[in-house]
Amino acid sequence: MTTASIPLPRPVSAIGRVPTWLLPLAVIVFAYAGIPLFASDYLYDAILAPFLALSLAAVGLNILTGYAGQVSLGSAAFMAVGAYAAYNFNLRVEGLPLLASIVFAGLIASAVGVVFGLPSLRLKGFYLAVSTLAAQFFVQWTLTKFSWFSNYNPSGVIDAPALGYVFEGPHGRYLFSLSVVVALTVFAARLVKTQTGRNFIAVRDNETAAKISGVPVLHTKLLAFAISSFIIGVAGVLWAFAYLRTVEPHGFNLDRSFQILFIIIIGGLATIRGAFLGAALIVVLPLVLSRAGTFLFGSYFDSGVLDMSQRILVGALIIVFLIAEPDGLAALGNRIARRLRLRSPTN
Amino acid sequence: MGLVSTNVAEWGGAKSAARSRQILTLRGVTLSFGGVTAISDIDLDVAEGEIRAIIGPNGAGKSSLINVISGVYRPDRGTIAIGDTVFADVPGSRVARLGIARTYQNIALFKGLTVLENVETGRAATVSSTFIEQVIGIGRARREEADTRARSEAVIDALHLTSVRDRLVGTLPYGVQKRVELARALVSEPRLLLLDEPMAGMTAGEKQEMAGFVLAARDRSNASIVLIEHDIGVVMGLSDRIAVLDYGRKIADGTPDAVRADQRVIDAYLGVAHDDDIIEESHV
Amino acid sequence: MESFDFPFFIEVLVGGLLSGIMYSLVAIGFVLIYKTSGVLNFAQGALLLFAALTFVSLLERGVPFWITFAVTLAIMAVIGILIERTVLRPLVNKPPITLFVATLGLAYVLEGGAQLLWGTQVHGLDLGIDDVPYVVGGVFISTFDLFAAAVAASIVLLLTIVFRYTRIGLAFRAVADDQFAALAIGLKLPVIWAAVWIAAGFVALVAGLLWGARLGVQFSLSLVVLKALPVLVLGGFDSILGAIVGGLLIGASEKLAEVYLGPFFGGGIESWFAYVFALAILLIRPSGLFGQRLVERT
Repeated sequence: MTTASIPLPRPVSAIGRVPTWLLPLAVIVFAYAGIPLFASDYLYDAILAPFLALSLAAVGLNILTGYAGQVSLGSAAFMAVGAYAAYNFNLRVEGLPLLASIVFAGLIASAVGVVFGLPSLRLKGFYLAVSTLAAQFFVQWTLTKFSWFSNYNPSGVIDAPALGYVFEGPHGRYLFSLSVVVALTVFAARLVKTQTGRNFIAVRDNETAAKISGVPVLHTKLLAFAISSFIIGVAGVLWAFAYLRTVEPHGFNLDRSFQILFIIIIGGLATIRGAFLGAALIVVLPLVLSRAGTFLFGSYFDSGVLDMSQRILVGALIIVFLIAEPDGLAALGNRIARRLRLRSPTN
Repeated sequence: MGLVSTNVAEWGGAKSAARSRQILTLRGVTLSFGGVTAISDIDLDVAEGEIRAIIGPNGAGKSSLINVISGVYRPDRGTIAIGDTVFADVPGSRVARLGIARTYQNIALFKGLTVLENVETGRAATVSSTFIEQVIGIGRARREEADTRARSEAVIDALHLTSVRDRLVGTLPYGVQKRVELARALVSEPRLLLLDEPMAGMTAGEKQEMAGFVLAARDRSNASIVLIEHDIGVVMGLSDRIAVLDYGRKIADGTPDAVRADQRVIDAYLGVAHDDDIIEESHV
Repeated sequence: MESFDFPFFIEVLVGGLLSGIMYSLVAIGFVLIYKTSGVLNFAQGALLLFAALTFVSLLERGVPFWITFAVTLAIMAVIGILIERTVLRPLVNKPPITLFVATLGLAYVLEGGAQLLWGTQVHGLDLGIDDVPYVVGGVFISTFDLFAAAVAASIVLLLTIVFRYTRIGLAFRAVADDQFAALAIGLKLPVIWAAVWIAAGFVALVAGLLWGARLGVQFSLSLVVLKALPVLVLGGFDSILGAIVGGLLIGASEKLAEVYLGPFFGGGIESWFAYVFALAILLIRPSGLFGQRLVERT
């Protein structure tokens, strides 16, 4: 058997003739050129800004949980670390470009992620999931307790710095978020196709077999925590700087961590586009619910009732997805696409 | 007794290995789980290029032995020498670098990966590029990826898996999955290959094909093979030497002919497992 | 360093142990479900909130105490059976993490449902126990804490008796031991699961009343799960004894740390101390308090 003379055939997309990069490219082009044609300030600030930040956080968590199989309930903590780190780099390092602040913030989040990922070397399953809660509570406590982090602001709520002249206004902030999200998503999509990405899945699917096959299991787990926390940290920066435009610990509570976990479950574990589909649903759902509620029940449908019905709906959605579509919206989309293709006469 | 037939001719004949070098040496290896002894005081030698079968009834400790050699279990006593390095406890994370690869009794593939990706994972230990180099796809990362791909494709072709190359392994039939496991083990080009019932549950045709792959693996790179198999016909035809386990102890060790003639083996093992082994063999 | 105030130390220790029993009480609800269906039921806190909120709302509408107790218990039983039927049964044989996330969703549904039904305002709950300090050898002990500890102890005793000496208890232990074997000898799993969910509902009600009397009945009551989780990590998800010992350990160490270490950190460390403590113990003793091995599968 000769190993050198075997040619490398192009990987064929499972769907068929269409190259796999075409659809994502079309979406990116539309996001840059199409959306600004019709988007209102409301669409930018109330929908697209949180959507982009949550999508990115979900991409990050998906690397850790979906691909590498390590369940984390502490995502919001890493978002908080990113947001606060970027704020402090920006505040305390004279002349540091905003982009550099964000990259450094991601690296800090990454380092914190590795520290809280250390238990994964000995703990598995629920024991690990519970241990990630330590990150959630410890980080939240630290940021509230030590006012240095919020520059001794008495309310603890601080204004995020502006994104700079180029990215002013809703449209500018959108372009900024979009560019960060596109860059990191392309990175993530590439990553999961490399040997490192295969190692993640191998560790997830069978840790013992992975170890015996030569996958450096401990290194791989910590790397998953590091990369995931970097991306989630940057998502935290987008959340604070481009969406809320304030930095405060309360926005990064346990509910936020669960929300990101729900996004990847609803969207589909171990898929990149699932993170976006899930985030879209989670962002749009309360808006639709609010409109529908007011329409149906009028003034009885106040913010308290909305809050509760939203909780019930999100919880129920999770259960329904786990039972009926465990592979999430991504798989649902695939099935619908396949059915459409079968039906269309041209194909 | 006439219950064993050698089907040597069908698989090209067992080659008598040049007993030049010792690849694996077990001395006094003992393993117990919470007071129940799985294997007790086992000595075992495997020479370079040798096909070494381990047989015995269910629960005799065969799989435990392979798990000890590959560092999945830590033995209570005894030593395991791999080449010239002596271990009291083989470190599982270094097994691949030591040149050991294995398959599993209950398939242990990565369900979320395709056949090709599963096989590529068998080269994980050879990767030295960082994830950033891999993502950008420059320099040694590109070379490593191309090398991994080429070697994996070659093994996939050799094991007749080309048609299912891009399928998720979970969707494949049992026999094919067993072959993917062998491919994942072979792609690392091990000097010691541990096969835990590679032909269990296969049809006669599949078994014959698998036996051919095993022989080819040995002949191509002079790898040593430790083989656990229930089908006596396959074992007799394929192996250079056979060790027989019963209740965790080694009761016989030698060439197929010697083992077949050994009264203790006939009493303890062949007698016990009489029923299913005869049935299995009659299909071959 | 000033002289060590020993009676004060004992007071803190006893206070910690007593609140630890309250943690154990919540943790036991988890253990019951985990042992029989392998689910880490995150909704246990939401069940507790639901029970306490239902109870206090009925009581405020003038329903007598014991009738309220019985009605709430019946409602909890129905909810337990519904959960088993509609959520867990369709997910049987799914990976544990799927089941866990399902109970997370369930927690959202129950929390939202309880508050949609009964409103979001805070209710006081008076169980009729005067919280006068009880003095033993110069050490002050809260009467309410003692009462809570006594109730928790009787629940544990009750569960022990039920599981040791009744048919359903025997079946429970068989299922916890080996589901397939239990199935093979003809035990009806759904019946046992339903029974266990009812038992968990009962424990949730009692814990909800005690915690509700202490904190007020409100949304944050469901967050007591977060107090129980480190207890479970320490004691093991499958051991009632572990839940008790773990609860005592966490309760005591948490109070001692808050009093003696807290000042160095600026206070408020109880939000994370239990987690870090449980993790530290696990790093020293990876097999947990009672040697339950995290079995690796090949």
